[in-house]
Amino acid sequence: MRIISANQIKDAVSDLCIRANIDLRKDVLQALKRAYLKEKNRRAKRILNAVIKNASIAKREKLAICQDSGLPVVFGELGQDVRIKGDLKSAIRKGVESGYKKGHLRNSIVDNPLLRGRSSYRGAVIHLDLVKGNNLKLTVLPKGFGCENKSQVKMFNPTAKIEEIKNFIIDVVKTAGADACPPFVVGVGIGGTADYASFLAKKALLRSVRVSKYQSIKVVAKLEQELLREINQLNIGPMGLGGRATALAVNVETYLTHIAGLPVAVNISCHALRSASRVL
Amino acid sequence: MKKISTPLTVQMINSLKSGDEILLTGTIYTARDQAHKRLSDAIKKGKKIPVVLRDQIIYYCGPTAAPRGKAIGSCGPTTSSRMDEFTPLLLSKGLRGMIGKGRRSEEVIKAIKKHKAVYFLAYAGCGALISKFIQRVRLIAYKDLGPEAIYRLEVKGLPLIVAIDSRGRSIYN
Repeated sequence: MRIISANQIKDAVSDLCIRANIDLRKDVLQALKRAYLKEKNRRAKRILNAVIKNASIAKREKLAICQDSGLPVVFGELGQDVRIKGDLKSAIRKGVESGYKKGHLRNSIVDNPLLRGRSSYRGAVIHLDLVKGNNLKLTVLPKGFGCENKSQVKMFNPTAKIEEIKNFIIDVVKTAGADACPPFVVGVGIGGTADYASFLAKKALLRSVRVSKYQSIKVVAKLEQELLREINQLNIGPMGLGGRATALAVNVETYLTHIAGLPVAVNISCHALRSASRVL
Repeated sequence: MKKISTPLTVQMINSLKSGDEILLTGTIYTARDQAHKRLSDAIKKGKKIPVVLRDQIIYYCGPTAAPRGKAIGSCGPTTSSRMDEFTPLLLSKGLRGMIGKGRRSEEVIKAIKKHKAVYFLAYAGCGALISKFIQRVRLIAYKDLGPEAIYRLEVKGLPLIVAIDSRGRSIYN
């Protein structure tokens, strides 16, 4: 049995919060550069250029890529042969607080959604999973709310046509429009229950935005490609001012579901899709 | 690119067309959700508000804390439509310009036209880049709101896009 201390976890989470917020993911940056090269619309090109320049200033000067440094969503994959010395969830929360303070990130968290009150650095949405092995993998995804506010879930009939599902996803993208900072990464969760589909849609954002061949299910790979192509024909473009670059990628995750249902969730990410991982 | 300085005059505003790209120099004030709610509540109750709105520009922004040696942290625009319900009232009190991201409601477009104001877009999701155009920052009101407080920013050559002009023409139409 391997022992990991709460302090190690706190320090790792703190570092990940800073890294995710100031150093844009390589795959996202590359996708932005590809979008810039492909873009024909002149204004869209200027905006994409500003977005790429912003990422390099943020990294060089250790500034947050976006002033909305998000609500940190922390994914923990805990090996079942690990024993945590101390309190895991409290260590994650302390790591968030320390990283957000040290990294000059924004205190965007309110304790109670109805009472609101003063915003603070304390808190995170935590997803823990038990896996085989003796490691702890930690991932921090700081989620800005300009795009999070545009998330939607819909419960389809099991007999729904794939076109209906596509139309729903495309409508979510249209509704997100200029407000959610396109070009987007569109996370889609299909299957499970309403809550699990939402979780999958969020988790889909962790996958590389490079079009990957790893998707073994052909129908899913095809769905991703078709959606991306159709979304990039909407002429929403960067800042919603027109252009090809409306989405950098569509990432779909699927899971088993009930014979009576077909839950579909969409989680939109702005162009500043930030996350960082570390294995302890 | 056209250069514009604050305070905005009606003549200056009338010369701007939706789609124009400009560089703004001068003073602007940050305010977002909670500050809008407080300003609006105070105006409705006939109380004095902590900023003079006449001919001023509000920037929908809640910056990150300034690292040592910098005037401000990351400071890009937030979604403007969340401020829509408060905007016509502020425009009626003399507010001349707004900076944010995204679309506005029909009511806001009507009020912009009626009061001869202008709505600009700043580069969305580019808070680190925008910080380079901000020279000085001063806390003006609602300190307890932290990043949502009202700050006065001195900006130099801030690149903006005219999204809704004083005739009510929108870049999104």
